[in-house]
Amino acid sequence: MQNMRDIQRRIGSVKNTQKITRAMKMVAAAKLKNAQDRAEDARPFFNKTVEVLRGVFTRTKEATHPLLAEREGGRHLVIVITGDRGLCGAYNHKVIDAAEEIVETEEEVSLMVLGRKARDYFRRLETDIMAEYVQLDDYPGYGFSNNLADEIIHHFEAEDVNKVSLVYTHFNSAISQSVKTMQLLPVEKFEEEAEAEAAEVEEQEQMDAETAGEEAEAKKYVDYIFEPSPAEVFANILPQYLINVIYSALLESKASEFGARMTAMDSATENANEMIDKLTLKYNRARQAEITKEITEIVGGAEALK
Amino acid sequence: MAAAPKIKLDVVTPEKLVYSEQVDLIEAPAIDGLIGIWPKHAPLVTAMKIGTVRVVKEGEETQIAISNGFMEVQPDQINLVVRTAELPEEIDIERAEAARERAEEKLEKGHENVDFARAEAAYDRALARLKAAGHHDHGYDRL
Repeated sequence: MQNMRDIQRRIGSVKNTQKITRAMKMVAAAKLKNAQDRAEDARPFFNKTVEVLRGVFTRTKEATHPLLAEREGGRHLVIVITGDRGLCGAYNHKVIDAAEEIVETEEEVSLMVLGRKARDYFRRLETDIMAEYVQLDDYPGYGFSNNLADEIIHHFEAEDVNKVSLVYTHFNSAISQSVKTMQLLPVEKFEEEAEAEAAEVEEQEQMDAETAGEEAEAKKYVDYIFEPSPAEVFANILPQYLINVIYSALLESKASEFGARMTAMDSATENANEMIDKLTLKYNRARQAEITKEITEIVGGAEALK
Repeated sequence: MAAAPKIKLDVVTPEKLVYSEQVDLIEAPAIDGLIGIWPKHAPLVTAMKIGTVRVVKEGEETQIAISNGFMEVQPDQINLVVRTAELPEEIDIERAEAARERAEEKLEKGHENVDFARAEAAYDRALARLKAAGHHDHGYDRL
């Protein structure tokens, strides 16, 4: 049987830990509220951006712009968004896993890491890190995504990289977040198109598929007027597309981080409660045993005096 | 008489869906000048610059101050995706006025360490806000 004082000490330490986890949970909950509101408010904006631009690219054949250039092979830039701190369940790890999967399948990969967790991990792996940003704001601003987009565009136009993907966490609810991977550049067309194209390897067949898709979605194919010209319109809206997508991804990731942390800290607090209960029981047993022992000793002593 | 055709206008910013109504027509500042959109307009895509969008709904006019973004037009739908958009009642006139003065000062000095493009953008934004809020006592011809 453990010493009573030892048990008491353990109870004290668990209680202290619980205080920390409870405080962290409260902080995360407060921040989550704010971050969640922002992420949810930005969602129509994100959806419209993607809907409109992909729609336009899917339905227009004359789309030409340096940022739409599809180049074979080459370096793949992966943007990874994680948190700066741990104690948030599997949040960081899930993102890192998804990113690592891409890193392993591609031949030439560079990373742009946002958040200390991803940076530390990929540094250890000695993956090429093109740029790193740590200590992100809890509520990222539009200006920051603006800078990121500028940097990405610079690398893409200089042909340092031929493909850009983004790995982030989508916020479903406080208890559910899912990691998403999205190709940023060259801008992807709508998925049904991509699938139809991927299914057909040969060029001729691909052409057929395109015409078939065209008939099926005759309504969706529209001859857009570009004011003043396609080139100028794309030059204006493509950077904005990037900024908008990155901005939304940052907001979603932050909300997810707080959600994950809140859930993790909530269960940690609960586990601490359970542990305290068990230890208290143990302590009481030890105390009772001690008392019984003492009584037996006294009774034994009294008997001996007779 | 059949009801006049309408077109749905959605104005979205990162903060929220600012405006979503069936309207009669709009007049918006595209990068190459003002562009008017009536219902059943041909599909169109264009980028927007800072300025005010004039929206006519059931004969009533509203001005929405916007900054950079883009617009997609379908015969029955306008998607206006912009960085900021404010309805007249949301505009803080004093703040906009102060911003205009600050920007003006910078533009006038116009040399040491002044980022001219930024100051100009700030100036345009302030003017657009003032115009949308209905303060017509300055030279807004610029927009």
